[in-house]
Amino acid sequence: MSTTSLTDRLGSLLMAPVHLLMRIIDIPLRAVQKAAGIGGMAAVFLAPNMLIFGIFVLLPLVINFVYSMTGGTAFFLSERNFVGAEQYQRLFTCTNYLDPMSCQEDAFWAAVGNTFWFVILQVALMIGLSLITALILNRDLAARSFWRAVFFFPVLLSPVVVGLIWKWILQRQGLLNFGLYQFGIEPYTWLTDRNWTFIATIGVSIWAHMGLYTLILLAGLQAIPKDLYEAAEMDGTKPARVFRRITLPLLAPNLLVVVVLALIKAVQIFDEVYVLTGGGPGTSTLYLTQYIYETGFASTLRNPGLAAAASILMGLVLVVLTLIQLGIGQRGEKKGKR
Amino acid sequence: MKTKSLLAGAALALLMSTAAHAGDVRIMWYSDGVEGDVMKDLVGRFMKENPGINVILDNVAYSVIKDQLPVQLEAGNGPDIARVTAIKDLSRHWLDLRPLVKDAKYWDDNFGAQADWMRPDGSKQISGFMTQITLTGGYANKTLFDQAGVPLPGPKATWEEWAAASKKVKDSQKLPFAMAIDRSGHRLTAPLLSYGANYVGKDGKPAPLDKGAKDFLTKFVGWVGEGSFAKDVWVSAAGSTYRAAAEDFINGQLAFYYSGSWQVANLTTKIGNSFDWVATGSPCGPAACTGMPGGAALVAVKYTKNPKDVAAVMDWFAQEKVVKEFSERTLFLPGHKGVVDKGGLDFKTDNAFAKAALTKYVEASKTTADTALKLPGWRWSDTVYAAIVTRVGQTLAGELKLDDAFTRIDADIAQKVKDSGL
Repeated sequence: MSTTSLTDRLGSLLMAPVHLLMRIIDIPLRAVQKAAGIGGMAAVFLAPNMLIFGIFVLLPLVINFVYSMTGGTAFFLSERNFVGAEQYQRLFTCTNYLDPMSCQEDAFWAAVGNTFWFVILQVALMIGLSLITALILNRDLAARSFWRAVFFFPVLLSPVVVGLIWKWILQRQGLLNFGLYQFGIEPYTWLTDRNWTFIATIGVSIWAHMGLYTLILLAGLQAIPKDLYEAAEMDGTKPARVFRRITLPLLAPNLLVVVVLALIKAVQIFDEVYVLTGGGPGTSTLYLTQYIYETGFASTLRNPGLAAAASILMGLVLVVLTLIQLGIGQRGEKKGKR
Repeated sequence: MKTKSLLAGAALALLMSTAAHAGDVRIMWYSDGVEGDVMKDLVGRFMKENPGINVILDNVAYSVIKDQLPVQLEAGNGPDIARVTAIKDLSRHWLDLRPLVKDAKYWDDNFGAQADWMRPDGSKQISGFMTQITLTGGYANKTLFDQAGVPLPGPKATWEEWAAASKKVKDSQKLPFAMAIDRSGHRLTAPLLSYGANYVGKDGKPAPLDKGAKDFLTKFVGWVGEGSFAKDVWVSAAGSTYRAAAEDFINGQLAFYYSGSWQVANLTTKIGNSFDWVATGSPCGPAACTGMPGGAALVAVKYTKNPKDVAAVMDWFAQEKVVKEFSERTLFLPGHKGVVDKGGLDFKTDNAFAKAALTKYVEASKTTADTALKLPGWRWSDTVYAAIVTRVGQTLAGELKLDDAFTRIDADIAQKVKDSGL
């Protein structure tokens, strides 16, 4: 008896229950196809997903919208009173839209401003650094796997752990000040200076998340055919031109994925910042998600309606951002086809 | 048959993981110091005496009690018993133990003085009892004062006198800060009241900030600005988040620390023999020399599936001998009239500083202002505290002028009252 035939027989033996199961599933499917026709089968297969999407995404979205139209401190909708667009109106009551402190909900507008600058700076820096890191890690480095692991490691940490580690480093009696003190530099209160704290939240979130984006870009870099680089080298093309003409265009799909993910993640920033600064000093690191959480859950006499209205506005911003990126992506694809 | 047994087992396991058993009583507990260990010991003893009741003690952070428990209660969930400080604010969620306890008269006689703090206005329900009565007050690092050659201000010393003396100690001993006060509206209320503040309006609802409140807040912001009071404590957190400065005092970084009686055990354990410290009581203002009373209550939650077992647990922990032992071991001031009246509490510490501190707090409790005594049972206390902490924090962070902060505090409180629909 040959080895192949033995493997085949073992394979058949293992697959037998699978085949049996498929036959059993086939019976109702055939019946459904007979009733619904071939065209209706798509709806049958989509139904479970649509059901899950409907229950866990669409329904909460609708409920959230209903909440945003109600007032009071109760959680149960039946105990809340309908107030129409009052919560939205309250969010938009300002005497000067450029000055958050002139708004009735000054913390909301401070959070909007902080989130805006955070997204711009953090995403730009994160993608730049991830790209540079991926390019370096793509080279023939000694202990390359080790370095890849080093950059990816923070992604595995819980955001709360990330916040606590950096708090331990940056607080007045923390590791950073201890190090500076050894060189005769006076300790500085990093977490009580508005500007430093804002920069710290950007730095910490980049440290925590860039490993994932580096990995995606590294995968993209490794998929670029080596012969293109060899041809460019034979032509004597300068490295900057190789990067601009070969690496960037071929990495564009990965870059688009990274930009979309990084933007969404940046708008949703919460846990590590909440642990690190709690949104302070003042409102300098208060971001939208924290505002929504505190308004809806943590504050004395919480206001779920106001929190819901703020989250609907935040959701709209995310939809707009995603549509813009998809538009850019589609334009890039069309250009590529031409 | 085998499949059926497996399915039945899985279903049973699922039921066991979600449903409360008859006889299970879950307590949500937080600790400032050593009371978690004492409670664990007492729970063990209770279960030996009452084998039919299984008490599960969930030790959680104070922030869980403050932020997450109210949400659980709103949703009709939560533990069977909880240790809380927002006792009046959440009173609609507490179980009425009056028909369930063995002797309601015992509860009225011994816990009646604070019973109104933890029940809905106008009701006569028994919701629980105070695990301790607290009073805010100051602590001075006597060693630092001695080293600096600065005499400790006397018992009637004002906030200004303490600020001036502490600043001298700070400058002499190269401390980062002279004084600190916990980032808490409750803590800040004591000096505000001593400057003549009165939060309660004629209609029982919050009144706008008055001169007394504004006077102290103006001084406080000035002291932080000149480096006397620790800015860190108030600025390294935001909103109405609570933050204590105990670690700074324990590490010898402060000359004066304003917190409260519940810190005695914590300071005793953590400072040890590192330096000498004294409880000072509350510094005086133009209107009074008052601290703020308060405390943490052990309350029964009305959503419990086992009200009889919950009442049995509460009855056991409310016994005079248990309250006495708990107070002696935790170094807490008891909230049980019988224990207080009989006196003779033998606090379990050899630490002379702790004993002196507890004596000081008992003395200080005699000068507590009437307004301060009313606030723990006032519906809007936490609302006022939160608004003050949030806006003063923003002022200290440099994003709000003090006058704007006053306007905002009044507006915030008015908005919250409006939102509540009351």
